[in-house]
Amino acid sequence: MSYQLETAEHPEMLRRVAIDPVSRVEGHGKVTILLDDQNKVHQVRLHIVEFRGFEKFIQGRPYWEVPVMVQRLCGICPVSHHLAASKALDIIVGAKKLTPAAEKLRRLMHYGQMLQSHALHFFHLCSPDLLFGFDSDVTRRNIVGVAAAHPEIAKRGVLLRKFGQEVIRVTAGKRVHGTGAVPGGMNKSLTIAERDELLKDIYHIVAWSRDAVHLIQKVHTQDPGLYNSFGIFRSNFMSLVGHNGDLDFYHGTLRARDDNGKLIFDGVDYQEYDRYIDEEVRSWSYMKFPYFRSLGKEHGWYKVGPLARVQNCNQISTPFAEHERKEFVDYAGGTPMHAPLAYHWTRMIEMLHAAEVIKELLHDDDLLSNDLMVEGERQMEGVGVIEAPRGTLFHHYRVDENDLITMANLIVSTTNNNQAMNEAVRHVARRYLHGHEVTEGLLNHIEVAIRAFDPCLSCATHALGKMPLAVELVDAEGLLIHSLSRA
Amino acid sequence: MTAPKKKLKVATTSLAGCFGCHMSLLDIDERLFTLLEHIEFDRSPLTDIKEVSPDCDIGIIEGGLCNAENVHVLRDFRKNCKILIALGACAINGGLPAQRNHLPLTTILEEVYHTSPGVSNGMIPNDPELPLPLDQVHPIHEVVKIDYFIPGCPPSAEAIWKVLTDLLAGREPELGHGLMHYD
Ligand code: SF4
Repeated sequence: MSYQLETAEHPEMLRRVAIDPVSRVEGHGKVTILLDDQNKVHQVRLHIVEFRGFEKFIQGRPYWEVPVMVQRLCGICPVSHHLAASKALDIIVGAKKLTPAAEKLRRLMHYGQMLQSHALHFFHLCSPDLLFGFDSDVTRRNIVGVAAAHPEIAKRGVLLRKFGQEVIRVTAGKRVHGTGAVPGGMNKSLTIAERDELLKDIYHIVAWSRDAVHLIQKVHTQDPGLYNSFGIFRSNFMSLVGHNGDLDFYHGTLRARDDNGKLIFDGVDYQEYDRYIDEEVRSWSYMKFPYFRSLGKEHGWYKVGPLARVQNCNQISTPFAEHERKEFVDYAGGTPMHAPLAYHWTRMIEMLHAAEVIKELLHDDDLLSNDLMVEGERQMEGVGVIEAPRGTLFHHYRVDENDLITMANLIVSTTNNNQAMNEAVRHVARRYLHGHEVTEGLLNHIEVAIRAFDPCLSCATHALGKMPLAVELVDAEGLLIHSLSRA
Repeated sequence: MTAPKKKLKVATTSLAGCFGCHMSLLDIDERLFTLLEHIEFDRSPLTDIKEVSPDCDIGIIEGGLCNAENVHVLRDFRKNCKILIALGACAINGGLPAQRNHLPLTTILEEVYHTSPGVSNGMIPNDPELPLPLDQVHPIHEVVKIDYFIPGCPPSAEAIWKVLTDLLAGREPELGHGLMHYD
């Protein structure tokens, strides 16, 4: 593992090419590439350029507001933040174990979130690259192009996402930024009518999810030369695993493996995450770089998300997804698959699993129960961890005796993948850009590598940096609203 | 809206937003395909067009202003779009991110990059590639003229659909009772 191409020796002598903004991802980011006169690549960086300041401004707020506030970190996986915060606050209100109804309703909400987010990413954002090729016509590389060329695929994408959003709506009250979970439980159960409405559609949702796995499997295996090597680098990986090492998106213990699949740690209680993970700051990105403390900065970074989860678990509890997991593991030949484009394949296996779990849950009468809350002995500190669509998500809070938040630390999924995404784009730059004239199509190759990780750059921008610059903010009439300068 | 009519160009962007407003736009579900019969997307996180075209009909802005780059993008939208829509609480009043406005920037910086748990090398990012953050989050109407405001966090898909279909039909958009929400 190296930091090749991270920093050029003489940046001032080089030509700068930027991809700004990175598109068909959620949120804001840009890539800068520094080249010499022969088009040799000397430096490539994925920068996270924005700040919104959540960790600081939720301090001083009453803890029960937090699960609603932190959703506004991200509109694509608000449920993940909602539930990670709720899980941390469960600890604080002493709710050691939720009622079966509350836990199942939260799981239903979360698996609905997984389904909608994976569908959105695959169909709305990535499918043009996968179906038309990485340097196809730029005006066609979007969901509109897919709708024209493959109307059935586009329609299923839209309907799969819709179903996931509806699962969220009935459990959380709203499709985006609902209020279903509260510290210690849930604030509503399902009505019979709500459940039956979802049951009507779930069978074809499962079938379409299976088709989606087969679609990406076909795309991947038809061009193994490209898909098995594009943007490849080796790394450790990490995820939560559930009971018996099952794939689990809602709860479990932390497991990490090295690039050969050997365990680094396992069964780790996530309340102690800060004994295992440190974060490094680099001057050129507002997003930090986490790594395993035991391995150090240079060797300790890792990948999270579908590719890590599907290879980290022992098995998947639902039959169709388990079948597909085995197919994937066989294809990889018994060693960990590191190719970033394999994220797409594993993401669809997860979407299928989410659909199957939703089907199981909808047949469980606990969802209709109103036994929703527990309390216990009040604590001052809690950590909540969940597997968000993009990977492991940490929320950590301290509370004072007046119930106000005094400390918040978040490590969001995309932050966990920061170094990995940088490695992937550098690999692509070395392979495709080095010594070539930089074209739009080649630049899209860089974005294809970033998209594989499904980065959520709006989530990643909760932290803030400062710049030695000055700006003036002037209103429509030319009046100065305020100016800012910094030495 | 008959067939040969020219499609309207719609550009969208997320400034200091969470993308939830864009999600709510996609929550029109299958009606997306109906919409696509009448509009084409220009610069948007859903396409690979990186600059707003000079002849855009409608610009939709999610999120407030938190850095110099947001201001630049907003001005570019205003220059190139005939109609500009502020979508959601963040664009209209800064939204939740504006809760940092009572705190000095340096306090936040210090905490996130120096004293937060698990930071191994305290340092404040300062590369010229990173845009200058504003010390407060601002609503977009303070900087450019906005034609329509759709409130909500996020506004519902129904509200967005109503405004867009009104505009497509050449009507003055009207939300009215039931679609006007602020939550
Ligand atoms: S208004 Fe709400 S949904 Fe829209 S960008 Fe802001 S926080 Fe997200």
